[in-house]
Amino acid sequence: MNMSAIKHHIPDHLLAAYSAGNLSDAFALVVATHISMCSDCRASLEAHHMTGGIFLEDAPAQDISAGLKGDILAQLDNPFRPEPVHERRGIYPGPLNAALKAQDPIWKKLGMGVHQSILSADSEGSVRLLWIPAGQKVPDHGHNGLELTLVLQGSFSDETGFYGTGDLEIGDEDLEHTPTAGPDMPCICLAATDAPLRFKDFMPRLLQPLFRI
Amino acid sequence: MAMIAQVLISPLRHNKTGGSTVGQAQYGGRSVSEDDSKISDQTKQLLAVRDQRDKVAFAALFDYFAPRLKGVMMRSGCSSAQAEEVVQDVMLTVWRKASQFDPHRAQASAWIYQIGRNRHIDMLRKTNRPQPEELESMFEVEPDATQILALQQEAGQLKAAIQTLSHDQRDVIERAYLGELSHQEISTQTGLPLGTIKSRIRLGLERLRHELKGLR
Repeated sequence: MNMSAIKHHIPDHLLAAYSAGNLSDAFALVVATHISMCSDCRASLEAHHMTGGIFLEDAPAQDISAGLKGDILAQLDNPFRPEPVHERRGIYPGPLNAALKAQDPIWKKLGMGVHQSILSADSEGSVRLLWIPAGQKVPDHGHNGLELTLVLQGSFSDETGFYGTGDLEIGDEDLEHTPTAGPDMPCICLAATDAPLRFKDFMPRLLQPLFRI
Repeated sequence: MAMIAQVLISPLRHNKTGGSTVGQAQYGGRSVSEDDSKISDQTKQLLAVRDQRDKVAFAALFDYFAPRLKGVMMRSGCSSAQAEEVVQDVMLTVWRKASQFDPHRAQASAWIYQIGRNRHIDMLRKTNRPQPEELESMFEVEPDATQILALQQEAGQLKAAIQTLSHDQRDVIERAYLGELSHQEISTQTGLPLGTIKSRIRLGLERLRHELKGLR
């Protein structure tokens, strides 16, 4: 992949929050997946970690209980099971492959040829994969909260610009858009929100909770 | 410390342009450049843990970081006992994941900060937070003292920049990095010196590109 082709990156406030561990799992998955594809944002994240490290160095030290160090030193030789490392699989970078449990996504029809695969959905938000046929227009929709959309394959365009593989679109309350998949191949995206989407004519709003969109 | 420094220094190499060849000092029978001696104790200790599984170095890292990690955890509302539980988990993770430490891209404090944030959140939520893919084979690179020092100098500049902030500004950015502000709050806070870290980002990117190029 030509990494320098990525034009739309993660804004600093999201990277800082990710670095501090303060993003929902849904947003954190999109951020971790983008960083796996983007050297720019990896370097930025490392800069945020450096900033965090400076605050750790300067943090007020608290006395440690007498036995703790000995307890930990005594555990160093204990066997431990390393966490499984998920590598990229096809178009799915490591963290996304981990969320998919190294399985192919299970696609469900959403209408108009669009398919989705919900990875998680709870009160904090949802994250799903979207599969949009080449050239297909996704109905005009707005957002209640924040929506992050990361292109994994193909591309889409909307009123705000062109998004190729690796690009991240940030949608908020002000964005009403009609994304159209590029003509060459189906567009596959990873999309996370912290609120239900508002589709204008995709589907009656009443049905939205059923489809968790 | 002398012992740790000694085992550590021998594998350090210097690139031709930046490596110091003048000012060599005899150290424990080995030839040690000035560059090596300027590398922070914590980075040397973490490298000794990584490469030699050195428990003395690990104990030194514990002495430095455990009280600070506990301070951070208690700041965010943990009791002393809870904070120590996280500290224990973080320090064991440092030991177990030391092979992933790359001194060319992270200072010891930055690397341990990131583990601390991850482990704290994972323990609270009982989940594993999504992590970026590790870059392959970067750990096989021999430590390059010149590059490690360059990173350290950038951190020093960043630290100095943070110290010039007003008390209020510093407080906001500290709260952001200690996990006390949401992304919405971070985006609306004025005075967050995110611009300050831009030069560091640029240099980090150059380093990363250089490294990735080496992998191809």
